Amino acid sequence: MALAKRIIPCLDVDKGRVVKGVNFVGIRDAGDPVEIAKRYNDQGADEITFLDITASHEGRETTVHMVEAIAEQVFIPLTVGGGIRELDDIRRMLNAGADKVSINSAAVYNPEFVKKASDRFGAQCIVVAIDAKQVDDHWEIFTHGGRKPTGINAVEWAVKMEEYGAGEILLTSMDRDGVKSGFDLGVTRAISDAVNIPVIASGGVGNLDHLVDGVKEGRADAVLAASIFHFGEYTVQEAKQHMAAAGIEMRLD
Amino acid sequence: MSSKICAVIDYGMGNLHSAHGALQTVAPDTNVLVTSDPETILRADHVVLPGVGAIRDCMAEIRAQGIDQVVAEVRKSKPLLGICVGLQAMMERSEENGGVGCLGLFPGEVKFFGKDLHENGEHLKVPHMGWNQVQQVAHPLWSGIADNSRFYFVHSYYVSPGDESQLKGRGHYGVDFAAAMGEDNVFAVQFHPEKSHNAGLALLRNFLAWGGQS
Repeated sequence: MALAKRIIPCLDVDKGRVVKGVNFVGIRDAGDPVEIAKRYNDQGADEITFLDITASHEGRETTVHMVEAIAEQVFIPLTVGGGIRELDDIRRMLNAGADKVSINSAAVYNPEFVKKASDRFGAQCIVVAIDAKQVDDHWEIFTHGGRKPTGINAVEWAVKMEEYGAGEILLTSMDRDGVKSGFDLGVTRAISDAVNIPVIASGGVGNLDHLVDGVKEGRADAVLAASIFHFGEYTVQEAKQHMAAAGIEMRLD
Repeated sequence: MSSKICAVIDYGMGNLHSAHGALQTVAPDTNVLVTSDPETILRADHVVLPGVGAIRDCMAEIRAQGIDQVVAEVRKSKPLLGICVGLQAMMERSEENGGVGCLGLFPGEVKFFGKDLHENGEHLKVPHMGWNQVQQVAHPLWSGIADNSRFYFVHSYYVSPGDESQLKGRGHYGVDFAAAMGEDNVFAVQFHPEKSHNAGLALLRNFLAWGGQS
């Protein structure tokens, strides 16, 4: 008996609709978040993460209703990230049925927010998202979608976030070449070894071997991917079979 | 004919949408109510005691709202299902938050996994988060669910049973722990059936079809 590594498909949502072209055969309306979440659920996804890119406050209300609708019908853990800046944002998402929220920039600008959130809602629902890139011989935190350097050392930051009450780290990394060349395994492993909480590896997945590497070389507890699943390139089930064949403990039933 | 009622006890600890949705999905004809009202709970056919967060806060709310007395009453007669911290609250005490006295429906303690958990040379992360296998001990609530099926767990504290005969599901994460406990009309699980896809839904379906005999 052993804990399985997890595969987490990630969806971008804007005003309660899935954007960035999710393209499944057999889905009538490719933007319907409930239908897409159900599809991933049926394929054996271990969790689903939504990244809310809605700009307006009113639009965010729609996202709350979207989470409500999904939580009533999809019975695996749901995480919502993007725009989580205040305790009230967390409360609304959890009340709507999210199991976890992911805090990104707000943690960088105000680390105390993570502490408050964890005290109030419990570490189990607080994911701290870290966007890291290699700079010279170390890794740094970047904000604004990887454009803005902060000068903060990513490994030290992850340790600090654990101390502040993060229950999990969502690490988005890309090697210096950029897209679809796999996780930056160096930083994934450095952070996974440095903290005692689970680490989700994300960013740059282009094929199924990248997922295997994330777990085996990067020692990630879970892997998150978006585009390789959205366009039907691979199903989540195929990814799980591939990882299991590589000797990784997976949930296949 | 009036439909059956399932009461999900709401004592202010976290969202119960998923528990409500999952129960309603597996039993469309059952009236699933999220409630803190003692009369409604005592009138229900099936009762669910959920729980998330810190045990100190959970027990404080359970006592402040008189849910401890309601549960004691429910325990005498109708099928009762504890989930996650709901299971932990049914034990005698927990070492979380410096030691907290619990409801004592089952003898035994709730312990911390610890920061130094290892298995086969691998350092195990805490919380124990994700899908792990449950080795079943014969009970009607496992009906139709394959032995060693995986369920979704998220917890840093685990139940160590005081009476092995009450252990209904074995879990393992660095140490052996109780994934499920049961006695008479009470069944309680450490994992989240409402987040455990088909296996979890099957267990909830079995619970709502259960008369309370073990």
